Amino acid sequence: MKNISMIAALAMASSAALAGSDDLYAEFKAMIDASFKTTGIAAKHRMYQLDFQKACSGEKDPAKSVMKVIEAEQLKTIRYPADGKYFGDWKEGEKIAISGRGLTWTDPTPDNNGGGCYNCHQMSHNEISYGTIGPSLLEYGKIRGNSDEIVKYTWGKIYNAKAYNACSNMPRNGDAQILTEQQIKHLMAYLFDPASPVNKK
Amino acid sequence: MKKETRYALLAIPLAAFGLAGTTAARADAATDEIARYREMIADGNPSELYAAQGEELWKTKRGPKNASLEQCDLGLGAGVVKGASAQLPRYFKDTGKVQDLETRLMTCMENLQGIDPKSVVAAEWLKGEREKMAALVAYVVTESNGAKINIDMKPAPMKKMYELGKMAFYYRSGPMDFSCATCHGDTGKRIRLQDLPDLRKQAGAAAGWGTWPAYRVSSGQFWTMQHRLNDCYRQQRTAEPIYGSDVTIALSVYLAATGKGGTVLTPGLKR
Repeated sequence: MKNISMIAALAMASSAALAGSDDLYAEFKAMIDASFKTTGIAAKHRMYQLDFQKACSGEKDPAKSVMKVIEAEQLKTIRYPADGKYFGDWKEGEKIAISGRGLTWTDPTPDNNGGGCYNCHQMSHNEISYGTIGPSLLEYGKIRGNSDEIVKYTWGKIYNAKAYNACSNMPRNGDAQILTEQQIKHLMAYLFDPASPVNKK
Repeated sequence: MKKETRYALLAIPLAAFGLAGTTAARADAATDEIARYREMIADGNPSELYAAQGEELWKTKRGPKNASLEQCDLGLGAGVVKGASAQLPRYFKDTGKVQDLETRLMTCMENLQGIDPKSVVAAEWLKGEREKMAALVAYVVTESNGAKINIDMKPAPMKKMYELGKMAFYYRSGPMDFSCATCHGDTGKRIRLQDLPDLRKQAGAAAGWGTWPAYRVSSGQFWTMQHRLNDCYRQQRTAEPIYGSDVTIALSVYLAATGKGGTVLTPGLKR
């Protein structure tokens, strides 16, 4: 609790510094409030920031000390699979990685979302339509192996990337309920299974 | 004409698969193919059709006051269209507001023709008054093709809008924690095969701001800048920005000011 208010205070300070004045920041918040409306599943409250979102809304990332506090808080949100099974079906994982659908105001429900992985990452040997905002994940499992440590880290990274880099561009797929636990298991198989085209040529 | 161009686009990914080399090399080759395709059809931009409709509409008497828009002041004096959109958004003394092309056209429609701005704000994209707006926009921006992006940043309200727009650009929110900067805050990045302009920099902002409004080949639609910004927010998973709202104007000022000096190539031609 103490940590959360510290982030808020620090974020407030950095936002105000960026704006040049508290008045301008108040005007900015009023502008955001007046400029957006609820459409479909995209409710207006989406415009109100979480503390870490606010801290990560400057031209530059906040101080390392602030990022460390955020990362510690975000790490606590990660739920590892209850049955201890980390891997699903890589073929299902590929479909989830390719699909960028979900959570827009033109989507009928907040469920059945894609992972949108290929928007930002290279993954398999076959798919040429990949983005470059995130690092290449080609041969992910082949390069890194499948130790308990790397498996657990990868699950955590997919579940909540902000636990490892406070202002990461990557969404909190598990924490923000973008993907289900089962979908994350399929993605894990896609990354680690030796038969997956991520690892097999 | 429209059908043919759509089929031609579909052929690109197939051709790209046939190329030899690594996945990365094939991806680069596919990007080049798209650039070549764009050059190929640049001579016959389907926006011309919309621009012609818009010019007709500009001169047509309509609305409760049965007047045309020929006396509309887009910032360079009543009735001056040539070069006007290259200098928008602008601070207008008569409304006391910073306005982009679409909100300024709404002012003209209200004042000259008696058409309620709500009829544009409440309409759906490409329908009713919003469709007419798109045609008017196509006409006006065609008349600035080749001009330099040159917005007047001297008035204090413009400076404030720039600061607000910059804050909006970096504002992270929603279930995916995205801001504009998530995709447009770095140089040389792509989403899938789509190159992303770095909108923090002059070159990127000029390339982005300067080539919208545009005809989109994939959907066969002409999109105004309001439409473009609306879809950016849709993909950011935020709530929906209200048509002509201040956040859209602030972002437009930030983009146009950052891209100042770049060449306007409107209407653009997009994937």
